[in-house]
Amino acid sequence: MKKAKRILSVALAAALMTMPLAGCNNNGGGSSGDVIKIGGLAPLTGEVAQYGTAVDNAIKMAVEKINEEQGGILGGKKIEYICYDEKGDSSEAVTMYERLLDEGVVALIGDVTSKPCKAVAQKAAADNLPMLTPTGTQEDITDVGENVFRTCFIDPYQGELMATYAKEKLGATSAAILYDNADTYSSGIADAFEAAAKELGMTVTNKEGYQGGSSGSKDFNAQLTKIKANNPDVLMLPVYYSDAALIAVQAQAQGITSTLLGADGWDGVIEKIDASNLSAVANARFCSQYSASSTDPELQAFLKEYKERYGMDANMFAVLGYDSMFIMADAIDRAGSTDAEAIIAALKTTNYKGLTGTTTFDSKRNPVREALITGFEGDSYKFIENFSITTGAEE
Amino acid sequence: MSFISQVLNGLGLGSIYALVALGYSMVYGIVQLINFAHGDIIMVGGYMVYLVLVVLGLPLWVAVLVSILVCAAVGILMEKLAYHRLLTKGSPRISLLITAIGVSIFLQNAFMLMFNSDPKSVPTLITRETLDLAGQSISITTLINIAVSVVMMVLLYLLVNRTKVGKAMQATSEDAGAAKLMGINTNRIITLTFAVGSALAAVGALLYCNAYPQISPTMGNLFGLKAFVAAVLGGIGSIPGAMIGGYLLGVAEILTKAYISSDFTDAVVFGILIVVLMVKPAGIMGKYRKEKV
Repeated sequence: MKKAKRILSVALAAALMTMPLAGCNNNGGGSSGDVIKIGGLAPLTGEVAQYGTAVDNAIKMAVEKINEEQGGILGGKKIEYICYDEKGDSSEAVTMYERLLDEGVVALIGDVTSKPCKAVAQKAAADNLPMLTPTGTQEDITDVGENVFRTCFIDPYQGELMATYAKEKLGATSAAILYDNADTYSSGIADAFEAAAKELGMTVTNKEGYQGGSSGSKDFNAQLTKIKANNPDVLMLPVYYSDAALIAVQAQAQGITSTLLGADGWDGVIEKIDASNLSAVANARFCSQYSASSTDPELQAFLKEYKERYGMDANMFAVLGYDSMFIMADAIDRAGSTDAEAIIAALKTTNYKGLTGTTTFDSKRNPVREALITGFEGDSYKFIENFSITTGAEE
Repeated sequence: MSFISQVLNGLGLGSIYALVALGYSMVYGIVQLINFAHGDIIMVGGYMVYLVLVVLGLPLWVAVLVSILVCAAVGILMEKLAYHRLLTKGSPRISLLITAIGVSIFLQNAFMLMFNSDPKSVPTLITRETLDLAGQSISITTLINIAVSVVMMVLLYLLVNRTKVGKAMQATSEDAGAAKLMGINTNRIITLTFAVGSALAAVGALLYCNAYPQISPTMGNLFGLKAFVAAVLGGIGSIPGAMIGGYLLGVAEILTKAYISSDFTDAVVFGILIVVLMVKPAGIMGKYRKEKV
C-alpha cells in the first residue's frame, strides 16, 4: 500500500513537471510546424451535452473540410482542433481553458452555453486570445474585451428585427406583445421589440406578460381579450414553441385576426399543434438563424452529410458551430499570421458567407446578418424570405 | 363591454375548476379524505382524449365515452387499491393524505413512462369559432364550458337529491355507521362517489382539452390544487359550494390578469382563500359541524 502510494506520487510529480514544459514548447509556437492549433470548449457530457455535442460534431466536419478540401490555411498549414469537455460548468470551463492555453492554441471557438462562456470570455480577455462563441446568446459576453466575438444572434436583436420586418414588409402600424415575464429570453426580445416598434413610429397597443414555466397558467384569455379590444396589426409572441402553440390557438378562439410574429423559439411549434388547429398559425411568421427547409444547396449538403455521419439531424447549434470554424479559419488566413492582434483585426473585418448567410460583425462584435423569415404552409414550415435590418446610416 | 368579456373568460376557466372541485368536495363529504390524486384524474382524461383521437383516430364521441369510463374506472381502482383498507381500518387521517399524494405521484410517473414528459397536442374537439353577441365577439369555447358545467351540476343535483342512491350518499356522508345500520351498503356508496367524482373530472378534462389543446403528465398539479382551493372556498363537502368556488376562482384569476397584473394571479387567488376562511372558516356554503366527541 505504502509502496503504491509512493509510486503514485512520483508519477504525479513527473506529470506535473512535464505539463508546464509542454506548455513552454508550444507557447508562441502554436503554429510551429505545419499545424495551427485552435481550441474548442463544449459541454460534451452533462445536462446540456446535446448542445455541446452538436457544436463539436459540426466543427470537426468543418476542420476536415478546411484541411482536406481547401488545403489548409496560411499557405497549406493544417488546423488541429482540440476540444475539451467542460460539462456545462463555469469553473470546469475555466480549468479547461487553461489547459487549452498550455496546449498552445492560437484561438478559441467556444463556449457553447452563456454562463460558462461568460466566465471563459473574462479569462480570454485578460489573455487577449481571439475568441468566437458559436452560440453564447447572453448580451454581455462580448462586452468583456475586443477579442470576444459571437456567431449567433443576441436575443434582443431578434426583437428589433421582427419589429422592423412588421413595419417594412407587413406594413404594420400597430403592434401588441404577449410574453413570458418569468423568462429572460422572452422578456429580452419583448423589450427590444417594443423599443424598436416605437422608434419606427408604430403604436404598441399592449404589452402583456404572463407567468410561464411548467407550473404556469395555460389560460391566456384575459390578456388576449385585452389585446383584441385594440385590434393591432401584429401580435408579437417571443415565447418558446409549446406556449406559442397554446397562445395561437386561444387567440384564434378569441377571434383575433392580427398577424402572429415570433422569434427562433418558435422552431418546433408545428409538432405542438394538432393538425386540426394549424389554421391558428396559418399567417404567422417567425425569424430564425437557419431553416432546415431552406433551399440553399450548401446547407442541404451539410444537413445530409451530418445526418449520415452522426445518425441524427443537425440543429441550429451544429450549423452555428460549422460556420464559426470557417469564420475563424478565414480570419487567421487573412491575418497572415497567428499573432493574436492580427487575428482579432481580421475577425473585425469578417465578411464571410456560410450556412447561416453572410456574416459581418458590428462594433460590439455581434453578428450582422440576414435572418430567415419562416411561415407555415399546411402542416409544414415554409421559407418566406431573408430579411435584415438595414439602418439608414449605412445606406 | 370588455369587462363582460373578461367575466365570461373567468366563468369559462372557472367551469373547469368547478367540475374538478366537485370531485374533491364529494369525496371529502363522504369519507373526509382530501384526495390529492384527484387533480391527476383530469390528466388521465386528457391522455384518453389524445389516445382515442390522435393515436387511434376514432371519432369524438368515442373519446368522450372512453375518457369518462376510464376516469371513473381509475377513480374506483384508486379507492379499492389505495384507500379502501385504510378507510375500513380507521387509519389516521394523515396516512390517507400521504397515500393520496403517493397515488398522485404514481399516476404522473406512470403516464410519463407511457407517453414521455413532452407535452402532447390534442385536436379541436368542437369548434374554435366566435359568436357575435351585441357587437362583441365571444369565444364559443367559453360558452360551451359554462353550459356544460351548469348541465353537469344540475344532473349531479338531481342524482344526489332525487334518487335513492343520492339519499344513500347523503346518509353515508352524515353518519356512515347509522347508514350501515339502516341497510345501506356504504362501501358501494363510497366507491360510487369516487366513480362519479372522477367522471366529472373527465368532463373537466374534455373541456380543458377543448380550451387549452395541450396536455402533459404534470398538468393536474397546479390545476388540481386550484380546484381544491375552489372546493375549500365554496365549503368543502357542499356541491353548490364547489361550483360557486370554481366560478369565483376563475373570475378572480382572469380579472387579476386583466386589470392588475399576471404576476399577482396566484397571490390574489390564494389571498381570497385566506380571507374567506378567516371570515367563514367552513367556506361560503359550508356548514360548520361540531366535532362529536
